[in-house]
Amino acid sequence: MNWVSQNMDLALGLLLTHLSLAVPAIVLAVLVAVPLGWLAHRKRRVRGPLLTGVGLLYAVPSLALFILVPSLFGFSIRSSANIIIVLAIYGVAILVRTCADAFDAVPADVRQAADALGYSTWKRFWSVDLPLSVPVTMAGVRVVVVSTVSLVTVGSVIGVQSLGTLFTDGFQRGIIPEVLTGLVLTVLLAVAMDVLCVLIERALTPWNRRRA
Amino acid sequence: MITSAFAWIADAANWGGDAGIWMRLLQHLGVTGLVVLAAAVVAVPAGIAIGHTGKGRALVTFTSGAARALPTLGLLTLFALALGIGLAAPFWALVILAFPPLLAAAYSGVESADKVTVDASRAIGMTGMQVLRHVELPAAFPILVGGLRSTVLQVASTATLAAYTADIGLGRFLFVGMKTNHYEVMIGGALLVVVLTLVLDVVLALCQKAVERRAG
Amino acid sequence: MIEFQRVSKTYPDGTVAVEDFSLVAPSRQTTVLVGTSGSGKTTVLRMVNRMVEPTTGHVLWDGVDVATMNPVKLRRSIGYVLQEGGLFPHWTVLDNIATVPRLEGATRQDSARRASELLEMVGLDASMGSRYPAQLSGGQRQRVGVARALANDPLLLLMDEPFGALDPLVRRDLHVQVKRIREALGTTIIMVTHDMHEAMTLGHQVVVMQTGGRIVQTGAPEELLSSPATDFVADLINVSKL
Repeated sequence: MNWVSQNMDLALGLLLTHLSLAVPAIVLAVLVAVPLGWLAHRKRRVRGPLLTGVGLLYAVPSLALFILVPSLFGFSIRSSANIIIVLAIYGVAILVRTCADAFDAVPADVRQAADALGYSTWKRFWSVDLPLSVPVTMAGVRVVVVSTVSLVTVGSVIGVQSLGTLFTDGFQRGIIPEVLTGLVLTVLLAVAMDVLCVLIERALTPWNRRRA
Repeated sequence: MITSAFAWIADAANWGGDAGIWMRLLQHLGVTGLVVLAAAVVAVPAGIAIGHTGKGRALVTFTSGAARALPTLGLLTLFALALGIGLAAPFWALVILAFPPLLAAAYSGVESADKVTVDASRAIGMTGMQVLRHVELPAAFPILVGGLRSTVLQVASTATLAAYTADIGLGRFLFVGMKTNHYEVMIGGALLVVVLTLVLDVVLALCQKAVERRAG
Repeated sequence: MIEFQRVSKTYPDGTVAVEDFSLVAPSRQTTVLVGTSGSGKTTVLRMVNRMVEPTTGHVLWDGVDVATMNPVKLRRSIGYVLQEGGLFPHWTVLDNIATVPRLEGATRQDSARRASELLEMVGLDASMGSRYPAQLSGGQRQRVGVARALANDPLLLLMDEPFGALDPLVRRDLHVQVKRIREALGTTIIMVTHDMHEAMTLGHQVVVMQTGGRIVQTGAPEELLSSPATDFVADLINVSKL
């Protein structure tokens, strides 16, 4: 464990770099998946093809996307944007179905009450459907958060730094403690962000918390 | 760049030989099959036992949470350092990846059996094994098949990464191409992997439908 | 005054919910539509605020066809009470009551003050205001539903099985409350129920309906009591006495 004490700064630096890739990818995924989920919820005809499409996307290995997406859209393989965009695509693939289910789960009588009181569809979305979809959506977001934190490490094999660099570097130099440090920090980061999600959900759904 | 990748794939010379596309494809599918089989031999009976007895549910929750958080690349490199750069390292890393979803599928399959029917079966004097065989396993079957399908896909997908530490599978083209700056090989390899997973997804979906239809 | 002129509703799959229904619901009175499920009474009620558009026929409000009105504006000017209250589970009681004033652009302060008044009017303690619907009893939720419907001083109140899920004692209490409010505010009420007793208690005019929106009998409660038009009406009345 000598390695750990001598390389604390390196590990913490990589942890921050890791976050700078994971957080934008997760936020981007949520921002894209929620409207798509709404679309799938509203338009039955869109739902099937959309969900099948994102399902296929999820089957494709992340490593292949890290190579293909930049070659198709013409940016550098070794850029942070590549990692963020590909992982956002994965996040969307996981989240769209959950978002559609979340909007489906908003009770019909509540929706009818909103219509009867004179909400426009747009206003109803922001005041009623969106807040009431939070609990189910957040369950999906937590899956995305944990899997994104884990998948960021794959970027290290194409040369994008993250906690995964501890795996590739440790492997090439034969330092087991370095790889172990990477494993522990990645898992801890995933757990910490999962806890953060739970706290955010509580803050967003006070009506569930205060139910006796 | 993409066009040269297609040209590389189209070149028959790249398909034959010990490091050709056919061989790599065979290795990729072979490893995937072996890993899923090995994981299933333990995970499926364990999942069924947990579902049947109701004991050890926490194990299911814990492993599926942990599996998502554990970075496979970390396991691959760790095992490679510990076991050497042979087949053993990717094999065990992928088995660890495949275990939780199979366990969860077997468990939730048995769990999905209608509680009233299970109760009624016990009430008319069926033994535990008879309830399992006649009520719980038939109910578990479709869910188990679904779980197998997604696990095969996940392992086939992640097996690409296994080529980072071992000389195996389609992933080799990606890493060799990257290292030697032969981008047409790298991109061509990535395309092959995408095609493989998509074809596998469709084929497995058809198998699942066929099996479900036969099971009625 | 609400006037239904030969309205029908046929759904795309061919189901006929209401056929050739005509009725006048006088101003400042309570008209109760009573019937078994499938009699089309809720469909008729929803034609008034355009939650359902009639396939043929017209609904007039003081002589103006509601089909010519903007549905969102129309709905904000009509109070609507749903079964179980239909409250927003993610808002407090006060926020629920203040919904329509807030939609209409009232300030937070003004609408909160109005909501407190209404809370008192429907007989709820001020301390209930900060609770969420899940923390209330069924009867309390229903009172909040009534308060919310009254928040914008509507001239017309639509009530769809408002007290269907409540136990008899709570229901009787709410009947008294609704009568008092109507007398105080002079609101026109159209209510849907399957409970004949409720219809007789609250209605100035009771409309007995059967499958497809067919009217069996219309009249004041006393008329129905003294001369039921059919055995069906007589049965409904007798059952309600039990």
